Amino acid sequence: MLQFLTHIFHTLPPFKGGQGRVIFPPFKGGLGWVFLILLSCRGPEIILPSEEEQRGDTMHTEVQGFYLLNEGNMGSNKATLDYYDYTTATYKRNIFAEANPDITQGLGDVGNDLRIYGNRLYAVINCSNLIEVMDAPTAKHIGQINIPNCRYLTFADGYGYCTSYAGPVQIGNTQIGYVAKFDTATLRIVDTCHVGFQPDGLEVVGNRLYVANSGGYLAPDYDSTLSVIDLASFKRVATIPVAPNLHRVQADHLGQLWVSSRGDYFDTPSRLFCLSLSSTTNSLDTLNIPVSNFCILGDSLYYISTEFSYETYEDIICYGIVDIRTHQPIQNHLITDGTTLVKPYGIAVHPTPREIYITDAGNYVTPGMLYCFSPQGILQWSVRTGDIPSAICFLWSQEQGTKSQD
Amino acid sequence: MKRLFSIWLLALVCVFAWGITNAERDSVAREFSIDEVTITARTRETAVMPVQTLSGDALQGLSTQSVADALRYFSGVQVKDFGGVGGMKTVDIRSMGTHHLGVFYDGIEIGNAQNGTVDLGKFSLDNIEEIALYNGQKAEIFQSAKDYGSAGTLYIRARRPRFANGETYHLVATMKAGTFGLANPSLLYEQKLTDHLSLSLSAEYLYATGRYHFRYHKLNPDLTVAWDTVGIRQNGDVQAVRAEAGLYGFLPQGKWQVKGYFYDSERGIPQAIVRNVWTCAQRQWDRNAFVQGQIEHSFFDRWDVQLSAKYSNDYMRYLNPDTTRMYIDNQFWQQEVYLSLVNKVQLFSWWDVAVSADYQWNALDATLANFAYPERNTGMLAFATAFHYRWIRLQASVLGTFVEDKAREGAIRSQANHWTPAVFLSAQPLLQEQWFIRLFYKDIFRLPTFNDLYYTDVGNIHLEPEYARQYDAGMEYTKTLNAQRATLNFKLKADAYFNQIKNKIVAVPKGNSQYRWMMMNIGYVEIVGTDVNAGLTMLLPHEVEWGINLSYTYQQARDLTDPTDTLCYGGQISYIPWHSGSVIGHLAWKGWGLNYSFIYVGERYHNSANILANYEQPWYTHDLALSKIWEIRPKSKVSSVKSYVSDLRLHTTVEINNFLNQQYDIVHNYPMPGINGKLILKLEI
Repeated sequence: MLQFLTHIFHTLPPFKGGQGRVIFPPFKGGLGWVFLILLSCRGPEIILPSEEEQRGDTMHTEVQGFYLLNEGNMGSNKATLDYYDYTTATYKRNIFAEANPDITQGLGDVGNDLRIYGNRLYAVINCSNLIEVMDAPTAKHIGQINIPNCRYLTFADGYGYCTSYAGPVQIGNTQIGYVAKFDTATLRIVDTCHVGFQPDGLEVVGNRLYVANSGGYLAPDYDSTLSVIDLASFKRVATIPVAPNLHRVQADHLGQLWVSSRGDYFDTPSRLFCLSLSSTTNSLDTLNIPVSNFCILGDSLYYISTEFSYETYEDIICYGIVDIRTHQPIQNHLITDGTTLVKPYGIAVHPTPREIYITDAGNYVTPGMLYCFSPQGILQWSVRTGDIPSAICFLWSQEQGTKSQD
Repeated sequence: MKRLFSIWLLALVCVFAWGITNAERDSVAREFSIDEVTITARTRETAVMPVQTLSGDALQGLSTQSVADALRYFSGVQVKDFGGVGGMKTVDIRSMGTHHLGVFYDGIEIGNAQNGTVDLGKFSLDNIEEIALYNGQKAEIFQSAKDYGSAGTLYIRARRPRFANGETYHLVATMKAGTFGLANPSLLYEQKLTDHLSLSLSAEYLYATGRYHFRYHKLNPDLTVAWDTVGIRQNGDVQAVRAEAGLYGFLPQGKWQVKGYFYDSERGIPQAIVRNVWTCAQRQWDRNAFVQGQIEHSFFDRWDVQLSAKYSNDYMRYLNPDTTRMYIDNQFWQQEVYLSLVNKVQLFSWWDVAVSADYQWNALDATLANFAYPERNTGMLAFATAFHYRWIRLQASVLGTFVEDKAREGAIRSQANHWTPAVFLSAQPLLQEQWFIRLFYKDIFRLPTFNDLYYTDVGNIHLEPEYARQYDAGMEYTKTLNAQRATLNFKLKADAYFNQIKNKIVAVPKGNSQYRWMMMNIGYVEIVGTDVNAGLTMLLPHEVEWGINLSYTYQQARDLTDPTDTLCYGGQISYIPWHSGSVIGHLAWKGWGLNYSFIYVGERYHNSANILANYEQPWYTHDLALSKIWEIRPKSKVSSVKSYVSDLRLHTTVEINNFLNQQYDIVHNYPMPGINGKLILKLEI
């Protein structure tokens, strides 16, 4: 009997569908029981394979492809990495586990930021308290940098800078944040600098590092400042008040700093700010546009906004482009063909054909979507991503030298 | 492993099939020698509604620590277990969600206006006499309005004093010790004060480190090891004290009881095991206290009155001292006052009517910023009627619920006035056979909880109640066969059901961050399922008794919320397996007992998007318990001739649970313990 069962087991077709699910062969009488029993057993725990889909047309430019980081819901340990290859027009979902099968528990819990610097790809995994460092063309693991509650990342002159919420605890159990400076050659933290409360986005302009403090843990008494760090001494040299609950910072080619705030979700709305930096005075310009994510390409700032309204109990979604020279909106839409997104979350624009990529986080617990629009706002293709698709990072061809692009 | 399992299940099927065929043969052969079946009132009542019970030896024989553990053996029930002794355990019946289960302790509901969920892991089985789970509602009309108020109801009944002739007291001292650093002493004392009054005192202390090994591993597609790691589950410790006192009295035409309950605990909250983070520091303190009383009286033999009252005071503190996450230290205080009056009149021998009126007041206080300090007044009125004519039984009830909330800041008010009906029909086609057919329909809702409505930032004051509509058709058959030297008892229950959950209250992310959520009435779920229970018990010559109980559940619970969401629409909702079941087998002989139990939960997804990335493996555990009762008679028994002296008895039990050491998760990233054991010593006087 035992031999018979063993025989049946070994002659079963390979696992398909869900893990542990086998294709049910036609059965007769008593044999059905055997199959039913085998079907109900646990299958081997196999690393989730990547999934590949054809999308769009092949394109040969200086950009080879892009990586997309999916956050994954907190506690799910489902941060994943996707890759779109322009040369073959294929979208490959969940490539990290396959590329690095020996990394225990995969990419980790809640991916928050993704950058390429040099020929390395850096993913900030917030709730796993680490930065995953990979080889940019292959996504193979190189090392990890442990930073508790790490948030966002930027680079300059061979060093990486990462914000963290987990600074020293102060009276009243508030906790200031810090920026960790790490050497990209050794992946060691070489210095830290305390900033404001719950620092998020950060950007280097000249020899200064600008850090957006959110104060998210202090709600409703949010932080509203940018911390300025001198890179040479790695000491905080100034604090610039902007608006409550700052989020992202990005510099343009004119040396201006664009900052977005989340607002307090009630009376103070989300806004976009432009800080013109000069050696003597900084001037701050407020644009009456709510912004939850943006990217800058040339003279255009592409933004998306998803803001919850306590009047309608729904999200109000808007998109648009701002001229970085005039600080005026050029258009208040990005999509013209009527495509609707549930929860626009991340945005990126391809440098040459200026195709617009917008991710849709949906309901945050099930897989999201990535939409590719033509510069005119017509949907080119869309593809299913992992859970909560957020950051997109373009991979440039090696011949073009390496550049980093958000 | 796989092979072992297959052989085991095959063997089981064979044994069961043999049992049934033998039963049939017996019934044919001895058609004329069957004893007349005595129909007790109890069996008739239970047959109207699908009910599952575990009580007495059957309950104590299971390797279970808490009420939640015991419920795993019921069909139609999914227990969400976050692991270990201290981990939270919640129960979902027929896929309707944990909020639709009402939990009653000694006749009065345990409320939690704050989050609507009772953590059944907190209720130890130490002094529990019976747990009974009803789908729909209890098939009785002499009950409070609240008894009609849930889609399913769990009744936990504590042991109450019963004295044999001549007995004046009972003392039970129990010590349980086992893996996870478990130490669990308890003491029960019962005293007969007068012929009509007795006292019960019970106290329990629970300590466990909650530490256990777990293993996570993954294989490459060619089945070579990708990674393989073991860890120790941290922060699953628990320390709890429970004390209860009860007075039980009898009146010439009724009875009464008064009960005080106190529970105090501190526990770690185990978190998800994610990459690079295997430790956590969150802690929770709970203090629950209540006093409740109930009196029942009968007038003129046809008018029954029941009066109940309860006051409860609960405290909860949640602390996250982990500096890598947001520091949280929140405290909550809840109070509840509950009054209930039930009247039942027997109009004719075949027709009863009843009216119940309940009133409840709840208040919640918290240390949260911008907190709403809500208060809730709930009035409930139920009209019910029951017919019983020969072979047919009919019950109908309608429940009115009137709710008014007040929030001190902002003066928020939400009102709900709803009438919800329930109809039950049961027939016994063959009067000489214990075979019942039943149908029921019930409409009920659950109110949004204080957290749903008022929790700072997350709460949504515009929430509507969440409706559950149930249709059920079922049958129940029991048969007892008496041979000359053996007795065989067979029972079979089967129900098929269709449930709809409308306006399901779901947390929805708001704006542009996964850290900001809001409760919304957006979900719609349809559930088609079947519950089957079968049991066979045989009393054989030479004091051998054996029995087997099987339960099986099939559920298709489809998320039909959003037709435009092609990935989730029609998907099986999170953590509901299509197939699940349990087997309990026991063998007893002269004080020796061997109990074997098996639980199976089939493949599930942890999300309505039924894709490979969300797939959860089936899991199944085998538990074994060996027990022996040692009769130690005290010397006084020998010397005294007339006065009755109780026996002195020692129960010893050895449990080995999950003895095939399966490593599994019930909830994604929350590893469950592998093989574990327990030793129980119980001294009874």
